[in-house]
Amino acid sequence: MLKKKLPRRQFLKGAAVAGCASLLPACGKLPGRWRFFTEAEAAVVSAVCEQIIPADQDAGAISAGVPNFIDKQLTGPYKRHQGVYRTGLAGVQETSRAMFGSGFETLNWDNQTSVLRALESDKAEGQAWESQSSRAFFQLIRDHTMQGFYGSPRHGGNRDYVSYRMLGLDYPQVIGQNRYKKSQSRKA
Amino acid sequence: MALKHVNAVVVGAGAGGGVVAKELSEAGLSVVLLERGRWSNFDDHDHDELISQRTTVLGNAFGPDDERHRRVVVSVDGSTRIVLPSEGGYNNNAACVGSGTVSYGAMAWRFMEKDFRMRSEYACPEGSTLDDWPVTYHDLEPFYEKAEWEIGVSGDDSRNPFAPPRRRPQPMPPHPYTLEGRLIEPAARRLGLHPFPIPMLRNTVPYGGRPACIRCRYCVGFACEVNAKCGTHNTVIPRAIATGNCEVRTGCIAAEVLVDEKARARSVRYFDAGDREQIQTADVVVLSGSATETARLLLNSRSRLFPTGAGNRNDWVGRNLQGHAYPGAWGLFEQEVYDDVGPGACIALCDFNHGNPGLRGGGMLANEFIRLPYLFTSQRPPGSPSWGPAHKQFQRKYYRRSLSIKGPVQEMPVFEARVEVDPAVKDHWGIPVVRLSGHRHEEDLVTSRFMASKAEMILKEAGAAQTWTSVPGSVLSGGQHQAGTCRMGNDPKSSVTNKHGRIHDIDNLFVADGSLNVTNGGFNPVLTIMALGYWVSNYINTEWKGTMFRS
Repeated sequence: MLKKKLPRRQFLKGAAVAGCASLLPACGKLPGRWRFFTEAEAAVVSAVCEQIIPADQDAGAISAGVPNFIDKQLTGPYKRHQGVYRTGLAGVQETSRAMFGSGFETLNWDNQTSVLRALESDKAEGQAWESQSSRAFFQLIRDHTMQGFYGSPRHGGNRDYVSYRMLGLDYPQVIGQNRYKKSQSRKA
Repeated sequence: MALKHVNAVVVGAGAGGGVVAKELSEAGLSVVLLERGRWSNFDDHDHDELISQRTTVLGNAFGPDDERHRRVVVSVDGSTRIVLPSEGGYNNNAACVGSGTVSYGAMAWRFMEKDFRMRSEYACPEGSTLDDWPVTYHDLEPFYEKAEWEIGVSGDDSRNPFAPPRRRPQPMPPHPYTLEGRLIEPAARRLGLHPFPIPMLRNTVPYGGRPACIRCRYCVGFACEVNAKCGTHNTVIPRAIATGNCEVRTGCIAAEVLVDEKARARSVRYFDAGDREQIQTADVVVLSGSATETARLLLNSRSRLFPTGAGNRNDWVGRNLQGHAYPGAWGLFEQEVYDDVGPGACIALCDFNHGNPGLRGGGMLANEFIRLPYLFTSQRPPGSPSWGPAHKQFQRKYYRRSLSIKGPVQEMPVFEARVEVDPAVKDHWGIPVVRLSGHRHEEDLVTSRFMASKAEMILKEAGAAQTWTSVPGSVLSGGQHQAGTCRMGNDPKSSVTNKHGRIHDIDNLFVADGSLNVTNGGFNPVLTIMALGYWVSNYINTEWKGTMFRS
């Protein structure tokens, strides 16, 4: 027997409140594209990834979905790196402001490169780098960018197999006579 | 309810244990094969580079998992850290039925005659425990042959002038050379070397009821899409099951071997897939858990007669951990040298395994398996940019214009390179975990530099426009080629088992895996581990007396 059976009226009230509450964030802003990153962080991550693998005649990190890959893994296998990212991205902004007086994503290309070089050489300014090495953070995001760009598309990066196509690798790999013909026709 | 008593319990369904389970069950013994992992399936991870056996950044495709397993690694400065299976320092092999034989590159080498008598050939260097095996190549030859025919090897040893003598050829012909092979072959010949096709545990023609390799890009690190790679999971273990005498229990982690007051192994205590503790009694216990896990199991098997672990009366269990230093060289070419034909590795030479001036042993050299795109991002000449436009440009230009030659150096065993059990850290089941410490012998680095220079020489002769070498450091060796921790020997004071893999002092407790290797050859060790599985089984079957085992 249920002692505290919820009266119907009260339940409806509660449900209405809960319903509103769940709608509220959606009223304030669009449903987030990101699982772990804030919009501001995502802008920085995207700019860093694009520096690591820039677009040229082939797609770069952003259009390959690398920021999405990192975001997705940070709520999965890379959960253990969440803290490092949160601190590290704040650190990137600190360094960027110290060097050029503005946030990383707003800098021009060469200035962005300079910031990343400072991180890479462990000469970056910022409180964030007192608790963790800027070099280690840079290497982490560099590795993750490479994984997202060159790894299997099933994890949210390498969109449309861009890196495989860039390297001339068919995917899924076609096995058979046509493959040999194709490889013979490739110019050395 | 107590489990039904069986004749034999085998711990570990890898290269050694799979063979033992099949041999004993075919001889009519009732066998339980305990495996901590599960049956693996190609579809679990298909051709996913980021969850493969080579690149584990998103997890271990073939186990073990990061949640329940861990190890402790002691650094050179004495500090310790906990490592997870998907991290490099763990020295993982695999945890699934077939273990490493599911996802290996599958090179099928016989060790050479001299590899079994390294001390007699070269004398022991200072700081090493280099010794001869208590068995010779000729003792093991019939068992190598059995492994080649029952599990399946493609190759042609008649093209290798350094190959040890054999009675029968390998059962399948080798694959033809890829573009890389066709480039290296004439160059090596011009240098007076003797290249030949690599023997592989891989079907090149239909064999054993399974099809031939389709030569796809993805091989080492992956399960085979068409089941053309020959492991214990698709050969001897199914045959063991087919006898009706063998039960494979997966998801079972062994905690200890219970040894009684008469110095006999009575049972194995383990945790089943539902984490329930079980005791499996048996007449014979065979440990095939790999050099790290077999040593751990023995060290955790403490009894009144063996207070520091079964077979550890003289403190040799877990000692002499070896793997392979892998030196090599890279070359960049003007023309494309990549033809996208797997498995990639196809050509080898044994000119530098022995007889190198001033060196003890050496190693085989071979071209490398197809490097997948992510792995290739870290393959750069020294001083190259590791990111940015130039890095991407290098990837685009040289992915199909680079090749690598490398090989495993026969290491000098070091007594202090060892597996212990950690006094404090335990795994999910409360079992003390592996604690790894020590480093390589300095001679390994000398040999590595020599091997790398030879690899570079071949690449230059083949027309590489730019070359560079890579030589490993002195960090502890182990990894997928882990070996040596339960050395076989005639003297119980300086070994763990006798020449048949039987633990000194415990008549019915055996080891059948790479732990037995006194030295690890200048080769991938898997065929030798399989041969040892047959060798140890043959002894058990010969000495088997009805329902009891007597020495």
